[in-house]
Amino acid sequence: MTQEFVRNALIGGSATALASGFVGYFLVLRAQVFAGDALSHVAFTGTLAAALAGVDLRLGLFAATVLVGVAFSALGGRVREDDAPIGVVFVWVLGLGVLFLDLFNRGAGGSNGVIASRTLFGSIFSLTAAQTEVAAVIAVGIVGGMVAIARPLLFITAAPATAAARGVRVGLLGAAFLGLLGIDAGEATQAVGALLLLGLLAAPAGAAARLTASPAVGVALSTGFALASVWIGITIAYLDSSLPPSSAIVSVAVALYAAAFLVTARR
Amino acid sequence: MQQLLVYPFMVSALEAGTIVAVVAAVAGWFMVLRRQSFAGHTLSVMSFPGASGAALAGWPLPVGYFVACAVAAVAIAGGSLRRGARDRRQESAVIGTVQVAGFALGFVFLSRYNGVLESLESLLFGSFLGITRSQVETLLGVGLGTLAFFAVAGRPLLYASVDEPLARAHGVPVRLLHVAFLLVLGLAVAATAQITGVLLVFALLVAPAAAARQVTARIGLGLALTAAIGLVVTWVGLGLAYFTDRSSGFYVTTLAFGIYLAACAGRWLARRFA
Repeated sequence: MTQEFVRNALIGGSATALASGFVGYFLVLRAQVFAGDALSHVAFTGTLAAALAGVDLRLGLFAATVLVGVAFSALGGRVREDDAPIGVVFVWVLGLGVLFLDLFNRGAGGSNGVIASRTLFGSIFSLTAAQTEVAAVIAVGIVGGMVAIARPLLFITAAPATAAARGVRVGLLGAAFLGLLGIDAGEATQAVGALLLLGLLAAPAGAAARLTASPAVGVALSTGFALASVWIGITIAYLDSSLPPSSAIVSVAVALYAAAFLVTARR
Repeated sequence: MQQLLVYPFMVSALEAGTIVAVVAAVAGWFMVLRRQSFAGHTLSVMSFPGASGAALAGWPLPVGYFVACAVAAVAIAGGSLRRGARDRRQESAVIGTVQVAGFALGFVFLSRYNGVLESLESLLFGSFLGITRSQVETLLGVGLGTLAFFAVAGRPLLYASVDEPLARAHGVPVRLLHVAFLLVLGLAVAATAQITGVLLVFALLVAPAAAARQVTARIGLGLALTAAIGLVVTWVGLGLAYFTDRSSGFYVTTLAFGIYLAACAGRWLARRFA
């Protein structure tokens, strides 16, 4: 475990797990996991658009995920209740991505194509030291932002009408939350890949929400499960190098969810 | 325009496109009504583990698609029920979990399978222009089966979707319908995805239905409008792709998105000036 790539994978993976476990818990409480799924795909179009325009790929990536995330919340309070608008927007953004890919392949962008695909399908075992640092800083920022909005966000999630009547800015909070989700999606897709992002958003939080109704315990369990998935998954992938690391991590997360399902189904 | 219909492959493509558009529209209308777009998207990406699993096991590709979609549908249905009722939080979480489980399995199958999964491109973006007669016939069979399900179960399904507790009190088998709907959606998606690819199957499921529901809440009219939008989007999209030599994915999704925006704008204007 002294190799640099393992250390980078553990640090970068833990950072992503912390942020995604925290954000994911609220995402499950608000029944918005679909928004996370959509944003991980939007990253694809954002990266390709930046590659076409010749600007820094990360600029396109984060601009796309954060803007579309905030746009989801602007589709009205309906987003939470009705998931069709998310589906329609995200399918069109993917269609745009297909066009960009087409334009890109016909242009003279041979080497840039490699960069784009690396940005899209980041692998946890190829994180550089610099990327790991950036991942850690962004994760701390996301967790800080979530801690700041956690209480009012919980209020508008549990009782949106009461919260609005008390003067809580429901729309603004929802937008801030999906903005943070956008940052998480942008960071995670380029560092560890879209698969791992959705896995760490949905499965640990779903297991936590099954096991407890207390938000504080839920957040702790959710981030704990996400961290455990990353650590155990990386160990498994390290021991059996034929296994893709993201598959190993996600498998642990899914197994944790299945265990929580079985424990609570008996009650 | 006649040039389009000279080639047998274009005729097959248009026939398949028509069946796909109608089946996806009807299944999608109920999907949007039941707010299960996320489930629809997850079922459409099950093509990936389905195709790579079939390649590894040496099964025919369609078998892999159907098995993967059916397993995912049952898992989603089971995980989203709590004490016999739909729990939206858990539904959201379990769908995401099923999707990543499918992807993780797909990657493992792919890494175990030493050959080249040559159809990866067509898996994502479909192979509209290489459709055989037998594919059209299978699609027609699945399509008719799907429509028959909605003809029989449509009314109670509608009731269960709009007011679950009341429907249950009236003796509607809510849980059974929940599972059956996801299975039929999975079947329709598996048949459709083989032709349209992952991107377009979801586009045709969600966008026409979402647009039609902006315009009307009536059932018959809504279903007819959804099917009509689906057909226009498919035909015009395929035609444009043929003539401009670009991927049909961009045209179909953009047309569908444009119609959805127009429907939203129309609704807003009607409210404003009504």
